Amino acid sequence: MERRQLLKQMAASSAFASAQAVFPGITFAAPKSNASLEGVAWKKAPCRFCGTGCGLLVGIKGSKAVAVKGDALSPVNKGLCCVKGYHAILALYGSDRLTKALVRKNGKLSPAPMAEALDLVANRMKETIAKYGKDAVAIYGSGQWTVPDGYAAAKFFKGGIGTNNVEANARLCMASAVTGFMSSFGLDEPMGCYEDIDHADVFVLWGNNMAEMHPVLFSRLLDQRMNRPGVKIIDLATRTTRTSLASDRLMLFHPQTDLALANAIAYEIIRNGWHNKTFLEKHVSFWTGKTNIGYGLEDKFAFEDKGEQVSFQRFQQLLEEYTPEKVEQISGVPVKDIRFLASLYGDPARKVTSFWCMGVNQHTRGTWMNNLIYNIHLLTGKISTPGNSPFSLTGQPSACGTVREVGTLTNRLPHGVVSNEADRKMAAGIWKVPVDRIPAMPTYHTVEMFRALDRGDIRFLWIQVTNPMVSMPKLRRYRDAANKEDRFIVVSDVYPTPTTDIADVVLPSAMWIEREGMFGNSERRTQHWEAMLPPPGEAMSDTWQLIEIARRMGHGQLFPWTKENHVEEIYKEYSKFHSGAKHEMGSYEDLKKHSGVIWPFVNGKETKWRYHAKYDPAAKGDSFDFYGFPDHKARVWFRPYEPAPEVPDKAYPFWLNTGRVVEHWHTGSMTRRIPVLDKAMPKAYVELHPDDAKALAIRDGDRVRLTSRRGSLVLAASIDKRGRPAKGMVFVPFFDEGILINELTLDSFCPISKEPDYKKCAVKVEKA
Amino acid sequence: MAVKSYLVYPRTGLKIELITQLADLAGCEVTPAENRDVVILVTETSDQLEENRLEQRILSLPALESLNLVCGLEEHKE
Repeated sequence: MERRQLLKQMAASSAFASAQAVFPGITFAAPKSNASLEGVAWKKAPCRFCGTGCGLLVGIKGSKAVAVKGDALSPVNKGLCCVKGYHAILALYGSDRLTKALVRKNGKLSPAPMAEALDLVANRMKETIAKYGKDAVAIYGSGQWTVPDGYAAAKFFKGGIGTNNVEANARLCMASAVTGFMSSFGLDEPMGCYEDIDHADVFVLWGNNMAEMHPVLFSRLLDQRMNRPGVKIIDLATRTTRTSLASDRLMLFHPQTDLALANAIAYEIIRNGWHNKTFLEKHVSFWTGKTNIGYGLEDKFAFEDKGEQVSFQRFQQLLEEYTPEKVEQISGVPVKDIRFLASLYGDPARKVTSFWCMGVNQHTRGTWMNNLIYNIHLLTGKISTPGNSPFSLTGQPSACGTVREVGTLTNRLPHGVVSNEADRKMAAGIWKVPVDRIPAMPTYHTVEMFRALDRGDIRFLWIQVTNPMVSMPKLRRYRDAANKEDRFIVVSDVYPTPTTDIADVVLPSAMWIEREGMFGNSERRTQHWEAMLPPPGEAMSDTWQLIEIARRMGHGQLFPWTKENHVEEIYKEYSKFHSGAKHEMGSYEDLKKHSGVIWPFVNGKETKWRYHAKYDPAAKGDSFDFYGFPDHKARVWFRPYEPAPEVPDKAYPFWLNTGRVVEHWHTGSMTRRIPVLDKAMPKAYVELHPDDAKALAIRDGDRVRLTSRRGSLVLAASIDKRGRPAKGMVFVPFFDEGILINELTLDSFCPISKEPDYKKCAVKVEKA
Repeated sequence: MAVKSYLVYPRTGLKIELITQLADLAGCEVTPAENRDVVILVTETSDQLEENRLEQRILSLPALESLNLVCGLEEHKE
């Protein structure tokens, strides 16, 4: 009886989630439940999937997770989940779960005892360092690394081995947000929080299909619109999506021209006198940077921006190239729409929150786009107060908490950057290592790390919790690189993937609630969960794998902890890096008690809005204080429109845009093991505009060949189903390892953030 | 034992009738949406024959516009 009730609850949850996907904002009366849940213990955890950080309650019975429900106490989701969250526990139980280490022998991966595999990994690392030097070994992790995973990786590689060869896949999704924050405010991460949703009158979504990528947050937007008259949602996009259909106004722009559009809005705001003169005088400085900055297409591409402070008048003059009339010609957005959008931002009576994610960040001018959105909020003074928020969303559960805050990137440390002597001294002091152990120069960002593997500059690469053999752009080059002679690849994961296919050693990882950990979400919220289940077979947490290898290589003194206490001790040590009102973390005990806490967490209080003395204990004075820069001013940057590196032409006449779907999470290695989600979305497809399809005599479901300068593949056509790309564009989701769309994409990147652009390259479309 | 969930759409103006008709069927639990014309239905049947019969009865309801399967789970004896 009891199990039947649980099955019914899960089936109902699936239907609720599906209804929410089909009808964003739909509500139901509380379901009557007579489920007998005796013997089930409910434990809190953040969801395993996206960066929203929904609070879940996981039902544990014996040594099995048997149910999931939304945590009504979580301020993030208030009890709601999306279709992935409701099915999260099923991702633990795929039939091909990795439970034993695998070692390649005579070309074939064969099971081996975990201890033997760990010995082999440590020995190969030592041999590689002896033969090629310490910068020949590297680790490539993830925004799914827990805080302790990332901290152990950074400490071991930077403080133990002494190499800055540490990168994470968040470089592929969030790096432009980081450099945007750093260049505009001097400090990373949003000033606001999700509570802005409860106060804003206008939501502007920049290249962000929230209905599918952040469905729980989008439901909160729709809920506000339903309950507060006048609330508006504006969708700026290159493709019509479920978000567009639920929005009040859709503005479709040509790819890459969001740069011009943002400048036109700034132009209109100033032309109409809607800029906040007092705020600008007190709290903002104006800057220009380098232009024609390249696209990173060549190996060892180097770029460093150089800012020059200018007057407001000079900034205004530079914007004159971006009148609505000129920008209509560039972007395709009508003058009246540009003026309408500017008027929403400019209206002093309306609070405006902007959301963005991959459309803005995965962009060859991603840093610039981040700057330009901040410009609009700074010009109007709509920032750092409830409802006025430029808000960059994340796609992974701990892209913020681990990659950005722990600093698992080549140039970063848990506090600050490797190139800053004071930051190196701080790290060396806390880690108890000589300061000269930590190199002052960054080495390879992600794309360059895989290029270095191809060239042979890197010979040993350890990949944890990520699937680059699906997600890297221009994939073929990097897969061939990994398969070259004298390269040694270690992969820690929970399921076989195209990345484990190229491994010399596969280490089975404990997943999510099978170990203790913390994630940090998009709104600076750190969330803890306890180990609820034993990992299967010999699977081991990524943190403990790192510690085992460090000990085998003679760096055991960096991790003087036991299996029982290492997560707590790591968190306590890590928190020292952020001591002080600007970034104080909640204590370990606080995290255990609450459904996450937002940092800075000072005297038991979350800082929901940074840079304003009313809300932020680090801010001085009585109002705004942008303390990230020495002059306590935020920076408005003039950033021009520059075209994409590869645009459609006669030979390759279509734009290719890639992205995600609501059913699957990123490369699908977990969600494709969940039968309900796999059945709902079993295969990738190519969306075409109906006019383009008609011209090419392609009907829905027909086989279509896509070809770029880098590769070709065949997949089914989808016409007016999930989304509709603009004319002259096709869209393909990347979750399907059987249809590797990244064989076609280009490895161009933003020269400042080094984040690749997955949204724009040129392809040919033919009926297959 | 099989458990299935569906999104069920009523014919125009017949949401209340559909809810009543579904609720009268053995093995059906109904949760209507508050702000949309859609109903969540969870069914529970003991074998394939019963499942087929129930599905036919649902499909014959006069207030039904369409029946869309979302999820199917089966209880295995352990």
